[in-house]
Amino acid sequence: MANLSLEAINLTKNYGSFCALCNLNLKIEGSRCVGFLGPNGAGKTTTLKIFTDLIRPSSGQALINGVNVYTHKKEALASVGALIETPEIYPALTSREALMMQAEIRGVPRAERNKRIEEAVAEVRMEEWIDKRVGKLSKGMKQRICIASALLSQPAVLLLDEPTNGLDPRGMAEVRDIVKSLKTKKRLIFMSSHILSEVSEVCDEVAMIDHGKLVVYDTISNVEAKFSEGQNIVEVGLQHPIDDRFVNEDVATLPNVLAAEKKDDKTLKIRLNGGLDVRERVLSDLVRLKIGVISYKPASAELEDAYLKLIKDTV
Amino acid sequence: MNDKETESVNTVPASLKQVGITMKYTLLDYFRSRRFFILLTINLLVGALSTILVGYYRPESYLSSPLSFYSSWWGNSVTFTIILSAIFFGGDAISGEFQNKTGYFGIPNPIKRSSIYIGKWLAAFLAATAILAVFIAITISNGIYYFGLNAPIEFGESVLLAWFYLVAVIGFTFFFSSLFKSNSMSIIVTTILFLFVFSLIQTLVSTLVKIEPWFILTYGGQIVGNVLTVPYPPHESVIRFGPNGAGTLTTYNATIPEGLLIIALYFLITTILGLILFQRKEFT
Repeated sequence: MANLSLEAINLTKNYGSFCALCNLNLKIEGSRCVGFLGPNGAGKTTTLKIFTDLIRPSSGQALINGVNVYTHKKEALASVGALIETPEIYPALTSREALMMQAEIRGVPRAERNKRIEEAVAEVRMEEWIDKRVGKLSKGMKQRICIASALLSQPAVLLLDEPTNGLDPRGMAEVRDIVKSLKTKKRLIFMSSHILSEVSEVCDEVAMIDHGKLVVYDTISNVEAKFSEGQNIVEVGLQHPIDDRFVNEDVATLPNVLAAEKKDDKTLKIRLNGGLDVRERVLSDLVRLKIGVISYKPASAELEDAYLKLIKDTV
Repeated sequence: MNDKETESVNTVPASLKQVGITMKYTLLDYFRSRRFFILLTINLLVGALSTILVGYYRPESYLSSPLSFYSSWWGNSVTFTIILSAIFFGGDAISGEFQNKTGYFGIPNPIKRSSIYIGKWLAAFLAATAILAVFIAITISNGIYYFGLNAPIEFGESVLLAWFYLVAVIGFTFFFSSLFKSNSMSIIVTTILFLFVFSLIQTLVSTLVKIEPWFILTYGGQIVGNVLTVPYPPHESVIRFGPNGAGTLTTYNATIPEGLLIIALYFLITTILGLILFQRKEFT
């Protein structure tokens, strides 16, 4: 796949006088994982449904790898795996048969079909249920089979609409791990979600939408840096417990550190004054302190701050 | 998945092949469905009951000649079997994609909506044909028992016409299935139309207004039973009644070319309209 891209050009969807999607312009290029955030009714699912031919745009274009979904659906969706809402499968088919149907429709080579089905089913941990009829499966199990179906053709573009919806906490964690494992040099993942920590954990970039309009599209770090008033919060994982005095006297006094506190014995929460450059310098300083840093990541609360600020501002 | 750094080498099949794939799996779903077993059971029970009753009472109207047997056994009930099969398999074939959300599994694939529609249409047609085949088998078994292999040619013609009629009835049920997003609505409307409204309009138009009801599918479908009547019933017949024959009752019988034309037009128009509706309909 030479040029991975997902592009909305003046994409609009009206229902009578209500504009569900208003002139959305968004271009995502290359291999990356983009989270698509917004409140209920913001237009996230509408956008994904237009990209998968479930609904038609009132005006504008939805292009996948430069191909218009509306006018050249087969070509546009040839390299796309999608999971929109919670699909149902023909109840009398077994999971294997339902996936075989998808594999055949998507043109998975005959010799690879069984292997790919078994791999996809193993990925979503449904091996025991592969030969059971879909009608017997729970909602969460069906969702897993649908995720397996989206992965089956090893698509270059993955469109996921709240993929953890309907899953139990373990299932949600597993799906997040699956999505993370799918982030490769040759894949574009566009994933809508309500769960900010999920996007923060899984995605590299974020697009926020509200009232059918794009509010921001940037890397998560930039959005956090830009919209949390220059303050960055990082979580630092430590190999050994650290005492309060060291935190207050050595960590909190580092350059560009506004505040430092213990989240628990082995985790620090540090508020920084600055963006990515500052974050990098502080990491170097922490390593120099030899406090046993084993992880260093932005706190999800920061994305939440940015989200609340951006969405609130548009109301 | 072991695809982390590999490119997909899938080649999306031609639309015609995708029609076949959709048909194959929809048919598999139909054959395993409860409704298929219900329809099959009804068919077998009615067949068994008829076999017992005809065998026990030996009615003259059935056993006077091979033609009267096939006319009474097959001609009187085949259209009902066709309508029931078409409603069972076509009534919610498209509306179910919306209401049951199976469309969310199929539509986001690189497949034209027309391929899905045609594939599902063919599956419904084959499933209904299977039910019809059971009915044919029961009819022929009884026919052989009473008259040996001496089946009249008119029965063969009727079977072909019945199959052709089935095509139009399924086209019609698919049209209503595309019109509504609710399974129950599409099934109820189609059932009411076939079992009550069409018969009522046909009777009213023929007897009161004295217009040939050429615009009604069930009128065209009469050729399936009429072909078993020798000589073929007159196109128009007027029965006089009351004092001095003042009152008249007009009935019409479609000729075979006319019936074929009505069936063909219904098939073409409703199938095309249903397809257009399905292509425009949105999964909101």
